[in-house]
Amino acid sequence: MVAYFTEIFSGLWSLIVGLSITFKEFFSPTVTVQYPYETLKMPDNFRGHIQLIANEEGTSNCIVCMMCQRACPSGCISVAGKKEEGQKKKTLTTYMLDFTRCSLCGSCVESCNFNAIEYSDEYRLASTKKEDFIIDLLKRLEEKKS
Amino acid sequence: MELSLLNILIGVIAAIAFAAVNAAYLVWAERRGAARIQRRPGPNINGPFGLLQPPLDGIKLMCKQLIIPGGADKALFIAAPVLAMAPAIVSFVTIPFSEKIVAHNLNVGVLAIFAFASMGGISLLFAGWSSRNKYAVMSSVRAVSQAIAYEIPMLITVITVVMITNSMDLMKIVQQQAGGLLHWNIIPLAGDAPNILMPFSFLIFFICSLAETNRAPFDLGEAESELVAGFHTEYGSMGFGLFFMGEYANIVIGACLTTILFLGGWYAPIPFLDFIPGVIWFLLKIYLLIATFIWIRWTFPRTTIYGLLNLSWKILIPLSMFNLLLTAGLLKVF
Amino acid sequence: MSVPIKIQPDETFVLNVGPQHPATHGVLRVKMQMDGEYIVRAETVIGYIHRMHEKMGELKTYPQFYMNLSRMDYLGALGYCHGHVLLVEKAAGIEVPERAEYIRAITVELNRIASHLFWFGAFVMDLGGFSPLMYALQDREYILDMLERVTGSRLTYSYYRFGGLYNDIDDLFIDSVKDFIPRMRKSMKKYHKLVTGNIIFRKRLEGNAYLSEETCRKYGASSAVARGSGINYDVRKNEPYSVYPEFDFDIPVYTECDSLARYNVRMDEIEQSLRIIEQGIEKLPDGPIMPKKAPKIIKPPAGDYYQAVETARGNFGIRLVSDGTKTPYRLKLRSPTYSNMHLFDETCQGMLIMDALAFMGSLDLVIPEIDR
Repeated sequence: MVAYFTEIFSGLWSLIVGLSITFKEFFSPTVTVQYPYETLKMPDNFRGHIQLIANEEGTSNCIVCMMCQRACPSGCISVAGKKEEGQKKKTLTTYMLDFTRCSLCGSCVESCNFNAIEYSDEYRLASTKKEDFIIDLLKRLEEKKS
Repeated sequence: MELSLLNILIGVIAAIAFAAVNAAYLVWAERRGAARIQRRPGPNINGPFGLLQPPLDGIKLMCKQLIIPGGADKALFIAAPVLAMAPAIVSFVTIPFSEKIVAHNLNVGVLAIFAFASMGGISLLFAGWSSRNKYAVMSSVRAVSQAIAYEIPMLITVITVVMITNSMDLMKIVQQQAGGLLHWNIIPLAGDAPNILMPFSFLIFFICSLAETNRAPFDLGEAESELVAGFHTEYGSMGFGLFFMGEYANIVIGACLTTILFLGGWYAPIPFLDFIPGVIWFLLKIYLLIATFIWIRWTFPRTTIYGLLNLSWKILIPLSMFNLLLTAGLLKVF
Repeated sequence: MSVPIKIQPDETFVLNVGPQHPATHGVLRVKMQMDGEYIVRAETVIGYIHRMHEKMGELKTYPQFYMNLSRMDYLGALGYCHGHVLLVEKAAGIEVPERAEYIRAITVELNRIASHLFWFGAFVMDLGGFSPLMYALQDREYILDMLERVTGSRLTYSYYRFGGLYNDIDDLFIDSVKDFIPRMRKSMKKYHKLVTGNIIFRKRLEGNAYLSEETCRKYGASSAVARGSGINYDVRKNEPYSVYPEFDFDIPVYTECDSLARYNVRMDEIEQSLRIIEQGIEKLPDGPIMPKKAPKIIKPPAGDYYQAVETARGNFGIRLVSDGTKTPYRLKLRSPTYSNMHLFDETCQGMLIMDALAFMGSLDLVIPEIDR
């Protein structure tokens, strides 16, 4: 009998304690970042899709060793190059990244010994066509140069 | 008020307009209140502070196709949302907002309002049954047993108040509470029957009105995470809109009744503050109660069906009957 | 579509809590035979998100397969990565520097807290209280921001490498962890006041889904499911690995065997993880994070290796059968949620559907991990 009443009162008290917590939260500031009206800056280590690094002349450092293509678990990278006459190393002719398969694991950047690729910080990627995500990185590098 | 036809018509239209505007903008208030409790902004894009959100939602709902599932009982399917909304709007006609503002005052006002409220239970049954959906039937069965179980303590508490006032007329019930905080039925220490257990009656009535309107923590009828959307799973477009607005109109009726029966209607707590018109006090009190409804919904989880029924039959009914007998005894003695 | 509802011969009907449902966390289908609101029999159907991880294990090289592990259970990804790296290091005999081990333990425990916070929010939301979800996710954002600064991703970290780590942590990370620990303790007090003490919540979970110890042992349950029924087994204490023997922490065990016990186990686990992180940050040694001679091509000698770790979901085990080449011969992933979930079929007989769904929430299922 006593337990019946103590349960009612302790139950009511727990409900009031809960209400006081939400009351306090009601007056706390909002934490939402209202994207797309406000944006956040990405940290330095952020893994966007890769991009070629430009050296002083504006071309890429890549010597077509194919390490990134071999390291990629999903088979997104296809590199091709040719050896020009008079040069010791190969030069890059195509570098295609199939971003629809990329899992942003970072193996390619890690496996490159020649400082040719890095992460970009693009996260606003939305498109209606699949072809937009078969990215031609060499063309992007040339567009950035000009 | 004289019973001229024009007066009645204006009063009824005003009452319905008040109900409709409230039902629409309470949605806005709930969404903003819930959002602030959860530390996010809530709707703030359509119009300043999101105030255009309800009309735009209404337009969106009206543009959708009203799909009636194949094999559903058409007449009941269409009747159910109307039956959910109609009693609440009709009850607005008898509620007195102040001494002079009432659409039509019945002298059995309390009885009329509760008679209409019982029709809400029928709409739950129709909605679940006619949808031909196992989830809907299960949840409407739960909702109807909940509605029946919680009407009883509500009516017993109302009888307690009616006994103190000797009348079922809503105007007289409020007028009996004139004179300040200690005359209100929530703490009637200065009245005829100084019953210090009346705050518990108020609490019981409050919990019952939460349960009757299917609000959390008693919202088993619309348990969103268990049975998709409960008894209104199959309703789209305006059917859903009517259920939604009917729920909010019922909330406003519940708050109005609580204010009239327990919180002194349009009277100020201290007689000194009587220069503020009664309507303002009335509206202030109902909106405070509605804010509490919203606050409670977003804080607590849902009870189980047997927890809910146990609460009603084993705790609320004995307590309210005890209070009834105590009040009757006190009235006899004093 | 006017198919009449079939009433089974014993007057029950079949309710399909389908693959798309707000209460099953992921794509899980439960075929329930119901008598009114009581469940007569339930059958869980899985396989809707089978992605053939074990087959990929046979085709990819070790560094390539490592990326798959985060995607298995995305909420507690680092625990799984930890298991795989430890296994391959054991097999190939790679030494790990001590600083790397400490950082691994700290990040695994941070991830465990994030996973438990998400479970907490989703569980209370299943029961009908929508606000604690938002508070829990806000706390989880701090952890995700900390880990994003260091690793680069928020959910599917690929942070460890065979032999150590991908990159080192800096002072800002250590300071933010030191800030985070008292803030999390304050939040835990708030959750206990708002949720654990609440009478509606307690009434909902006390006595819900009694799961006896023999049932747990029969199905091989682990983590909070077993520890809520009195079985005192945690891989970090019973089969210690990595740097855990150096830390001083307790394993919460409750014997009531109901959903409230499982809930309490996980909430206490968050507190114990905070203790481990505190001790880890204090004892963090300086030094390199990758060994000097980190092998580029990993070819473990032929043999059979096994490693078990304690993740947020339970006892995760990987078995590697290697034949000396660059890709494994067989890589078996023992998923803890697979064993935890199958007790649902037997236990939920005779329960109301509301209680059964609360039980499912307390088991902490992540379906992509069952289906791998």
